[in-house]
Amino acid sequence: MKFFKIITLILLAVFVVIQFFPTERNQSNVVPKTDFLLVNNPPQKIRAILQESCYNCHSNKTDYPWYNMIQPAAWYLEDHIKHAKGELNFNLWDELSDRRKSSKLRSIIKQIENDKMPLSSYTLIHKKALLSEVEKHNIIKYTTQLKDSLSY
Amino acid sequence: MKKVRITTAIFVMSFVSLTVMSCKDSKKENLESDNHSEMTHDATKDNTMEHDNMDMVSHVGQMTGSKQVIADYMTLKEALVATNKDAAAKAGNKMVGSLKIFEISGYTSSQQKELQDIIVDATEHAEHIGKSEMDHQREHFKTLSKDMMDMVEITGTDATLFQQSCPMYDKGSSWLSMSKDIKNPYYGSKMLTCGKVEKEIKSKM
Ligand code: HEC
Repeated sequence: MKFFKIITLILLAVFVVIQFFPTERNQSNVVPKTDFLLVNNPPQKIRAILQESCYNCHSNKTDYPWYNMIQPAAWYLEDHIKHAKGELNFNLWDELSDRRKSSKLRSIIKQIENDKMPLSSYTLIHKKALLSEVEKHNIIKYTTQLKDSLSY
Repeated sequence: MKKVRITTAIFVMSFVSLTVMSCKDSKKENLESDNHSEMTHDATKDNTMEHDNMDMVSHVGQMTGSKQVIADYMTLKEALVATNKDAAAKAGNKMVGSLKIFEISGYTSSQQKELQDIIVDATEHAEHIGKSEMDHQREHFKTLSKDMMDMVEITGTDATLFQQSCPMYDKGSSWLSMSKDIKNPYYGSKMLTCGKVEKEIKSKM
């Protein structure tokens, strides 16, 4: 039984130590003028969907869930956010040219149509971020209209 | 004793998940160095070393104009017609390289601005094609095709191109081809002949 105790102690130590590793927090309080919601001023139901289901990963401000207090969960989320913002950062929307906007809007439509976003590893815990069929329909309709209003 | 076992189990689990996590991270990093141009475009970060690597590869007798970009696009299109994911990915990555060394200094400043915009957008689509499944490759190919049509409008082409379109895929989707015959890149053999010639783009180089 000594063996078990040693292993337990080692693992416990690892677990405790990694709690002290810092993660980069994604929590800017400034909403820049280029923000998607500010620029496009969508109706409340669209705004709510985007904020609830997408902004946590695709903007400079994450409302951190409780498990972000614990490693390795926090690393996992940090990694997601980094990749997500590389693809699309709603805060910097208006920095994009019309061609780029149109391209991104199309990607958004496709990701939602194919149930790829919000990421399933995320909706597993955040049930609220799951999109209902009606919500999907609304957001696709809104995004399509926005895309059609651009000249590309 | 039961308690000890349970605790051990819990910690073994957290340890395993940790290990998995770290593997995952390093894999992602590898991916990133493959896709550095995405980062450079998005954030204009400088990863000088990676750039040098890239350029060395591409300087080996490569053309630095729209002609090479179109040639890579055609290779990609053929791969999609053949529903060959790996060949499409390879062509996508090749295209990322050609877009990167595309020399636009000979154009007027407004054309340069437009071309730069096209290059950034096309690069992103080509990168996605380089690392995705067939369906996703075809999704990105649609927007990439639009970029190529706009590019050719500015640069012209030294071979006659045919703009073709099939109304079935995604409410109508176009592509460019070197030949008049329809071979549909969005469906491949499933619906190879869906489409018609929309426009003939005459060579003017
Ligand atoms: C848990 C974090 C997370 C949430 C929440 C999330 N995303 Fe993403 N998103 C990512 C990551 C990570 C990527 C990049 C990697 C990938 O494609 O899987 C990404 C990529 C994307 C892309 C680019 C995909 C492509 O291949 O073209 C789009 C568009 C997108 N997300 C839209 C959305 C929308 C719209 C929502 C809300 C309905 C959303 N995302 C919610 C993490 C997230």
